[in-house]
Amino acid sequence: MSEQDFTPDEMMTIAASRALRPSDVCFVGIGAPSAACNVARLTHAPEITLIYESGTIGTRPDVLPLSIGDGELCDTAVTTVSVPEMFRYWLQGGRITIGFLGAAQLDKFGNINTTVIGDYNKPKTRLPGGGGAPEIATSCGEIFITMKQSLRGMVDKIDFYTSFGHGDGGDHRERLGITTKGPTLLVTDLAIWKPDPESKEFTVVSLHPGVTREDVQATCGWPVKFADNLETTPAPTDEELSTLRDLKARTKAAHEGTGKAA
Amino acid sequence: MAKFMPLRDAVAENLHDGDAVAFEGFTHLIPHAAAHEAIRQGFKDLTLIRMTPDVIYDQMVGMGMAKKLVFSYIGNPGVGLLRRCRDSVENGYPRSVEIEEHSHAGMANAYEAGASGLPFAVFRGYRGAGLAEVNPNIRSVTCPFTGEKLAAIPSVRPDVTFIHAQKADKQGNVLVEGIIGIQKEAVLAAKRAVVTVEEVVDNFDDVHPNCCVLPQWTIAAIAEVPGGAHPSYAHGYYVRDNATYLEWDKIAADRDGFAEWMKVNVLEAGPEVFAERVKGLRS
Repeated sequence: MSEQDFTPDEMMTIAASRALRPSDVCFVGIGAPSAACNVARLTHAPEITLIYESGTIGTRPDVLPLSIGDGELCDTAVTTVSVPEMFRYWLQGGRITIGFLGAAQLDKFGNINTTVIGDYNKPKTRLPGGGGAPEIATSCGEIFITMKQSLRGMVDKIDFYTSFGHGDGGDHRERLGITTKGPTLLVTDLAIWKPDPESKEFTVVSLHPGVTREDVQATCGWPVKFADNLETTPAPTDEELSTLRDLKARTKAAHEGTGKAA
Repeated sequence: MAKFMPLRDAVAENLHDGDAVAFEGFTHLIPHAAAHEAIRQGFKDLTLIRMTPDVIYDQMVGMGMAKKLVFSYIGNPGVGLLRRCRDSVENGYPRSVEIEEHSHAGMANAYEAGASGLPFAVFRGYRGAGLAEVNPNIRSVTCPFTGEKLAAIPSVRPDVTFIHAQKADKQGNVLVEGIIGIQKEAVLAAKRAVVTVEEVVDNFDDVHPNCCVLPQWTIAAIAEVPGGAHPSYAHGYYVRDNATYLEWDKIAADRDGFAEWMKVNVLEAGPEVFAERVKGLRS
């Protein structure tokens, strides 16, 4: 990879932010998805509705929350509802267009594992588990996923189906009675991926600037498919980059101290 | 009828060995002071219920107080894994703990069903999810009207629920504001509820009519413990101490370091230390 004035991480967050539309109602996962969603809100999609599972609807945080329930989210929200209301009326009720998730382990059909590495009953590593993800994955209109590529993370077979993507591919969702689209976008630090219309296998449609096909394959545990008309992701603009860096700097200052009191 | 009493008595009167207990709080208003009092009193064989068992359940599991965990997210939010819980699940240290794992939607519905006096919760969930294969309490029912297959899980009905709230009035009515999480359902689902509050005020005359108020006759005991949610926060009183959550990751990483930290900061401390801990965090 050649020298650039942005990092692969920054490219990932910015490419993910571009996929969000001002009209979206987005259920935001913590970590990388949260950064991408807030960059979208602070750049091209100021009207976007961001929802965190703690019950905050239409939140506009000045710094990225460390948890899904930081006070900042409630202070800046249009309204804050209880957790059962969030999951029943808003998520199950079908009012959310995009669920934005991260993943510890991901397979080529967009199935996600955040539960265990190894056997469920005798795990090698016990991860935090699904939280809201199992139902986010099936109740939101569609799912965006963002994660850094690695051989540990992007695997041929995940150890546990925390949240269902396209299962074994094809029409597996329909066969389970799931009516939503499931994963339609994967943004990594190296590329943009979309599912094949038939097989639903994630296919690289755009390489980030300076990234080669070999880079993508070297950090992915399954044989990677590339689209015929492979594109190059436009590099971050100055506005995107400064928005993201300012946000990260504000966030770092806030979390290392003690929130607003620091 | 809510009785005002010191936290030590409120815990001693309402929690017993072997109880199914929920210390609820969805990131906000987590009842740390109440959990620490339970740790000091050394209860055994508890079934610990909570959507997001974070630092306090890491501490209780690490102290060997739990025989079972019922939960939907066993992490330190935004930081990572819970290292004492991991040691228990992966290595059986200090004891192995039985696990009943759900999704947030599952737990939220199960609490609501408990508060509603229903035997089980029904919702559209767990489709394609691996939890349905490893948790025998995740089953299904068929809608009698449309034929749709829906998820069914038992309601959550704790013996006792502990929550932290902003205020009680002198009658013992309790006000919860901000991210209200699952507190109301957790109180109404339980046989007994114990509440710690930031302060006791004369009345709620200035409270908006639609605020989340738990009437005094739904609560067994109230203890005034300023700062009692720290390092979680109390909206309108003090902010979340994110630095302490980051620090916990290091403290809990090591068995001996954890034991020493618990001795100094919990076993040899009392509820009065919480007011001091939030001094620099007041909003």
